Amino acid sequence: MAAIHYADQRFELEPGQSVLDGLTGQGVPVPSSCRAGVCQTCLMRSTEGTPPTAAQHGLKDSLKARNYFLACVCHPTQDLRVVLPDAEEDRQTATVRGLDLLGGGIMRVALECHAPLDYRPGQFINLFQGTGQVRSYSIASVPGLDDHIHLHVRRLAGGRVSGWVHGELRPGQTVTIQGPAGDCYYPSGTPGQPLLLIGTGSGLAPLYGIVRDALAQGHCGPIRLYHGSRAPEGLYLAEELRALAQRHAHFDYIPCLSGPDAPEGYAQGRVHEVALRDNPKLDGWRIFFCGHPEMVKLGKKKAFLAGAALRNIHADEFTVGPATEPGA
Amino acid sequence: MSQNTPSLYEQLGGQAAVDAAVDIFYRKVLGDDRISHFFEGVDMDQQAAKQKAFLTMAFGGPHHYTGLDMRRGHAHLVAKGLDDSHVDAVIENLGGTLRDLGVAEGLIAQVAAIAESTRADVLGR
Ligand SMILES: Cc1cc2nc3c(=O)[nH]c(=O)nc-3n(C[C@H](O)[C@H](O)[C@H](O)COP(=O)(O)OP(=O)(O)OC[C@H]3O[C@@H](n4cnc5c(N)ncnc54)[C@H](O)[C@@H]3O)c2cc1C
Ligand code: FES
Repeated sequence: MAAIHYADQRFELEPGQSVLDGLTGQGVPVPSSCRAGVCQTCLMRSTEGTPPTAAQHGLKDSLKARNYFLACVCHPTQDLRVVLPDAEEDRQTATVRGLDLLGGGIMRVALECHAPLDYRPGQFINLFQGTGQVRSYSIASVPGLDDHIHLHVRRLAGGRVSGWVHGELRPGQTVTIQGPAGDCYYPSGTPGQPLLLIGTGSGLAPLYGIVRDALAQGHCGPIRLYHGSRAPEGLYLAEELRALAQRHAHFDYIPCLSGPDAPEGYAQGRVHEVALRDNPKLDGWRIFFCGHPEMVKLGKKKAFLAGAALRNIHADEFTVGPATEPGA
Repeated sequence: MSQNTPSLYEQLGGQAAVDAAVDIFYRKVLGDDRISHFFEGVDMDQQAAKQKAFLTMAFGGPHHYTGLDMRRGHAHLVAKGLDDSHVDAVIENLGGTLRDLGVAEGLIAQVAAIAESTRADVLGR
């Protein structure tokens, strides 16, 4: 088994153990959130030894080239000497400028970054709670349309960071963020391509950014947004989206309710099923899935079988971490 | 093979042919009720990368597969009941993919023969 060298100590990994588990199990404070290779919170760098490519999935090329890797999905076959990234590497501070309840238990957090943040709507940032907890939130704002970075944070029962955002965060407070990361955004260059966007709950956040970004960039192909929830209250920003659809003939907004009966104006059924029923042939389409991990997995597969090319399917699973984190 | 005869991989169109085939092949495999259950719950992007490596090998292209890799890579599927009928289905889908791309039957037969040569290792025999 490979060993990890960190700060003059040697850590023997057990079979199947990730670098993250090996280190945190021995008390090394490596931050983590999704533990699934998505959020990039557990970013580390190898100064000796090459990390496996599977542990670099989704990283920027500039980071890969410098042997950065994600500790939670790193199962090395050779010894590595590793360091935590410099705190400044990709972190910065921001001031909370607004906190607005949008309905459905969703808080819109407006952040003013202290240094310009180069992001694309739909990417995500990691938000640090003072005590060291970190969580990913997608960006719903569009540069040029919105002054600040907007996040949509859904309150989870017993959720540490979402509970803190809803209950304790105040305008004027300073927070630390990291990122942006992720490839769920509108790529320029194919203005006529049909776009299908499918989200559950706060999965609307990136899609709201992507739709408005596409419209602002003059996208002329059809844009269809399906937002799903159990009850009408969960379909926040519905008025804004209906108004947007009024103004743009090629943009459709289809709110979906998964409960047994849907009132007038709503489609009934699970959101990815409704969307694929309405749009059964997806050759040449670009498709975005965000929100509930099960929905995202099933939706991706169905869209692919319906003819969409894999490179045209973008997805963010909003994985929620385990209830208690080892070492936390 | 002599210097001026193009290899099977070159005749098929090399890397570009693999890129063109991978989505079609993976879609056929996922949509095939005989074998789709072996792919339940796996990450699609990772799985597509594996299909690409398999196609490269079957097309006679540069690859690093060994018989031992094949055994290790499929052992968990053999435990779940992978047998000859499933290998047949995969080879059939491979042929169908190449036909969709307009590849000549003679070349398809050569690709099928390479895939066939992995059968014993895939099934751990
Ligand atoms: C790429 C990415 C993007 C994301 N974007 C967003 C976003 O834009 N908006 C957003 O709100 N979230 C988003 N998330 C999820 C977010 O990062 C957090 O996981 C979430 O806010 C929960 O964190 P927490 O600290 O409040 O909960 P934790 O303290 O981590 O607690 C989670 C606990 O809640 C339980 N739980 C899980 N699901 C539910 C549920 N539906 N209801 C009640 N309890 C549940 C779990 O069992 C677990 O014990 C994203 C995640 C990823 C990976
Ligand atoms: S990427 Fe490792 S904890 Fe999220």
